[in-house]
Amino acid sequence: MITFQNVSKIYKINHHTSNALEDVSFTINAKEFVSIVGKSGAGKSTIIELLTGEEKPDKGKVTIGSYEVNKVKSSKLPYLRRHLGVIFQDFRLLPNKTAFENVAFTLEVAGRPQAEIKEFVPQALEMVGLSNKMYNFPRELSGGEKQRVAIARAMINHPDVLIADEPTGNLDPVNTAEIIKILLKINELGTTIILATHNKDIVNELKKRVIILEDGKIIGDEERGKYSLT
Amino acid sequence: MFTALSRIIKYGFLGFWRNGWLSTATIVVMILALLVFEGLIIANVVTQTALNSLQDKIDISVYFKGEASEDEILKIKSSLEAMTEVKKADYISKDKALEIFRSRHKEDETISAALEELSENPLAASLNIKAYDPQNYQAINTYLEQDIYKSSIEKISYAKNATVINRLIKIIDTFKNLGFLSTIIFASIAVLITFNTIRLAIYSNREEIGIMRLVGASNFFVRGPYIVEGLIYGIISGLLSFLFIVPFVYYTSHYVEIFIPEMNLWNYIVSNSIILPGYQIIFGISLGIISSSIAIRRYLHI
Repeated sequence: MITFQNVSKIYKINHHTSNALEDVSFTINAKEFVSIVGKSGAGKSTIIELLTGEEKPDKGKVTIGSYEVNKVKSSKLPYLRRHLGVIFQDFRLLPNKTAFENVAFTLEVAGRPQAEIKEFVPQALEMVGLSNKMYNFPRELSGGEKQRVAIARAMINHPDVLIADEPTGNLDPVNTAEIIKILLKINELGTTIILATHNKDIVNELKKRVIILEDGKIIGDEERGKYSLT
Repeated sequence: MFTALSRIIKYGFLGFWRNGWLSTATIVVMILALLVFEGLIIANVVTQTALNSLQDKIDISVYFKGEASEDEILKIKSSLEAMTEVKKADYISKDKALEIFRSRHKEDETISAALEELSENPLAASLNIKAYDPQNYQAINTYLEQDIYKSSIEKISYAKNATVINRLIKIIDTFKNLGFLSTIIFASIAVLITFNTIRLAIYSNREEIGIMRLVGASNFFVRGPYIVEGLIYGIISGLLSFLFIVPFVYYTSHYVEIFIPEMNLWNYIVSNSIILPGYQIIFGISLGIISSSIAIRRYLHI
């Protein structure tokens, strides 16, 4: 279970303060598929960064399972992150590693044995339809392919939660549909999915829970929601 | 632990290989820095040898009166040798002095003939004294000027040579200080340039470092491969910089010998052919590892 309890986050830039999040509270249960929507600057990315521990809240509490994220020390963050899978709009693959190595890296840092890596990595890449590009470097892959490698990397550890920050932002409609299909499949297998997006079509088609943000505040939280921002 | 270590080493080598251009550029800069470092070592050795040979030429002689007995002189000799400032004191007897004089002037028939004419040896017995530090001659001179020795000592050469000795002391000191100062300055420049190059190499990898942290890599796992890369830079640049200096020394050794006959640079390099590259590699490795560790720290906050 994931909870945000009265979370506020303020950024200070050149003596100006901007409220990225203001008194935000919500709970996400295990195996849920939740879309967080809102315009640019509404606070979607801040929620993601608070979940991954890249940022700490100024007020309130963020928990993922037994971890109170805002209290996890920097040196212990890697252990929390091994329970999470994260995918980004700009893919964030390691440029000097092949698709195989990018996916294997997640298992390697967790200290998993080589035999497991040899078995699971090809399986994960096959699941996202990339078994023929295992030894290609990211620069040799298309946007959609890169995002699929990123998904394979996020899923290889069997994380409890998959966090997707605008995963289709850089993709064409065909690839977008493909990626959403993969996310749904992962959710069916029991992983909680948090999808931050401003793509109206995706949200409306998903017919899953939607949390709507505006200016750092939650203005809607519906069980089978629609993208209702104007 | 062993698995993590072997993975870190593997990624260190992979990173080094796949970032070919960046690695080459870093190594070139490190080679230049190490050449400066090596140049400083050699320059210090040359200067030191030159200064030592100059210092070795400084001495003072005490000439004894004819009536001073050998026993008396040897007593003074041993009392001088007991002084901490004195490196050695050589006794030159009247006969020995004559022998030296003869052999020095054996080409000159007039002098040889004149010596034959003399019925007794006109030369005085003497002690030739060398100090560890040229600055000690003043103290030795004062010691010898004590009243108890006045009856046996004819003269001490210090008074005559004091100005020259003092000037040499100043020159030697200035060169030593200059050498020390230039070593510090050039070594700092070399260290800073290398540090900056490695910092830039890591700066270009800052996004990768962030990604590694986000997929759950511990700081040890992120930092490790960069430190291994630093180690590889150090070993390669240490070895190459030594190999570059070898032909240079081979060709210049002869010229250095003309100026400082005591200095055979080539022999120095050959007899130190393990220690010198060893220093280079240790210096290179420490530079590589320390620079990488410091440079990477600021990107590990994510």
